[in-house]
Amino acid sequence: MSDVTATAPDAPEPAVAPLPGAPAAAIPLVPRRRGDLVYYALRNRKLVAGLSIEALFVLAALLGPAISPHNTTDYFLAHLPPSAQHWLGTDYFGHDVFAQLVTGLRESYLVGALGALCAALVGMALGFTAGYRGGMLDDVLQMITNIMVMIPSLVLLIVIGAYLKTRGVLFEGVFIGLTTWPWVARAVRAQTFTLRSRDFVDLARLSGRRAWSIVVRDIAPNMASYLFLVVVLLFGSSMLLAASYDFLGLGPTNTISLGTMMNQSTLWSALQLHVWWWFVPPGLVLTGMVAALLVANVGLDEVFNPKLREQ
Amino acid sequence: MRRYLTRKLITYVLAFFAGATIDWGIPHLMPGDPVQLFLSKFDLEPGGYAALYKTMAQAFGTNLPLWDQYWHFWDGLAHGSLGVSIYAFPDQVTTLIFSAIPYTLALLVPAIVLSYILGNRLGAAAARRRVLDNTLLPAGYVFQAIPYPWLALVLPYLFGEVWHVFPISGAYGEGLLPAFSLTFVVSLLDHWFLPFLTVFIVSLGGWAIGMRNLVIYELENDSSRYLRALGGSERLIRRYAYRSASLPQLSGLALQLGVVVGGNIVTEIAFHYPGLGLLIYNAITDEDYFLLQGIFIFIVIGVLAANFIIDLVYIAVDPRTRLSMQGAAA
Repeated sequence: MSDVTATAPDAPEPAVAPLPGAPAAAIPLVPRRRGDLVYYALRNRKLVAGLSIEALFVLAALLGPAISPHNTTDYFLAHLPPSAQHWLGTDYFGHDVFAQLVTGLRESYLVGALGALCAALVGMALGFTAGYRGGMLDDVLQMITNIMVMIPSLVLLIVIGAYLKTRGVLFEGVFIGLTTWPWVARAVRAQTFTLRSRDFVDLARLSGRRAWSIVVRDIAPNMASYLFLVVVLLFGSSMLLAASYDFLGLGPTNTISLGTMMNQSTLWSALQLHVWWWFVPPGLVLTGMVAALLVANVGLDEVFNPKLREQ
Repeated sequence: MRRYLTRKLITYVLAFFAGATIDWGIPHLMPGDPVQLFLSKFDLEPGGYAALYKTMAQAFGTNLPLWDQYWHFWDGLAHGSLGVSIYAFPDQVTTLIFSAIPYTLALLVPAIVLSYILGNRLGAAAARRRVLDNTLLPAGYVFQAIPYPWLALVLPYLFGEVWHVFPISGAYGEGLLPAFSLTFVVSLLDHWFLPFLTVFIVSLGGWAIGMRNLVIYELENDSSRYLRALGGSERLIRRYAYRSASLPQLSGLALQLGVVVGGNIVTEIAFHYPGLGLLIYNAITDEDYFLLQGIFIFIVIGVLAANFIIDLVYIAVDPRTRLSMQGAAA
């Protein structure tokens, strides 16, 4: 594979560690570096705009249930259009749509975070191993990755779900993480491949350090910014995937999510009854959440990678 | 070179066996009994039920131990038979699959290929052109961020329910029978347009953004800088950058086309489009082992073929791959 990101090897250490377990940089940093990153981060319009919009959504998710005048379980008249009383109207059952929306926001973030975390952990473990060891082990791990791609995750979800009494957000997030890691594994493997034959890695090897210590202390920090970007992307894609599962009726059974709102609206003919306020808001909000995340991600990329900065 | 290909081939054969086995196993792990589900659709006398159940379970082999069923699966496959569907009894699995494949291919292949072409053009144009980048890029992100099911709700709502321009369900008008008549073809296209448009729109943003990022990286590459230092025209540099950037995009395209035979379950359910995705969904809800296995085999072959083609294309197109192969052989 041609390396998608020629950026990573030169990229400086990011201000934020990509994952809780990630170590501090093995290579001493020039003290000015961190200040530089903050300077460029604050000046980057994409990053600032993306993060600001995202912050609004997070705020809505955190404070929404407190702001919302109604609970998700309150009953009113059915199919009320948006008004001062019901900001986004009510659904077929007479539930307040705004109350459902802010609850769904929270669940979406939870699914995204869980999915990203699980996929990143598994994908990085396998990607580092395959990329650093190479040879036979690499072939075997690649084969496992290919097999994972061939397993229809939707069918797997139905089979596992059939054995559970309730499907929660926790289950959905972990499931998404454990089925989307091949993508991360591929990317990490390609990156590790390019770093493996660098002089500083050779030196570390000569000094008799163990493989895992070289990976953790020399290779990983040099692609930390890249890994961080990958995790952000995973966050967004997990939320979108969850929406698809929920739409098919495979979502959480014990709570409301943005996807289950869309699923319910089709089941109760919102399209035919022109109850647009039931299914338009959840998708619109999700689009905003993911788009803001993606824009912030490009901004971050520019902050991490000096080559992309000056335009 | 030969060693490289043999090694690849071995992993592919192993992956095929493992993939087919897992795809055989997953449906069998489902709780419940497909024959019982099938018979529950009929109003049967208790005595008749027991007799019929026994016959059918014997005929489908669902009463055999799993190991025997697994053996029968490979045995049938080796003879080119995928068995008989349970839920659409007595149709052959292959008949069902081949009647669904044209719809899925006609829907997904144009959507994927056209979005690939247009997306790459847009992305390459946006790279390093400020005005375009500042307008196209945010639009691309919004496109990429749209949850697909939402698009499959909003477009039918607008075009179907509010403006009454396009039908929103099925592959052709009710009361029509598939035939080579003008009415039928028009109805077919009419029903095809909205599902096509939704898939096209959600794929477009991803291709455009991917291409834009790849071209920017290539333009900042040492090779591009060297070319610039030599006095190469900006057009030439861009052309080389575009060519290197197309490689990962091309493998992305191959992978997408590889899983096309799985259909697009969400689209086909949202639009009641009778392709493979809808078939998979029906097979799952009716626990039709044989139909599921049959479709999965196609997916496994599709994914592996796509991967293999990518490997070969890379050897042919990318000199770096050839170099690394020599390095690996040494």
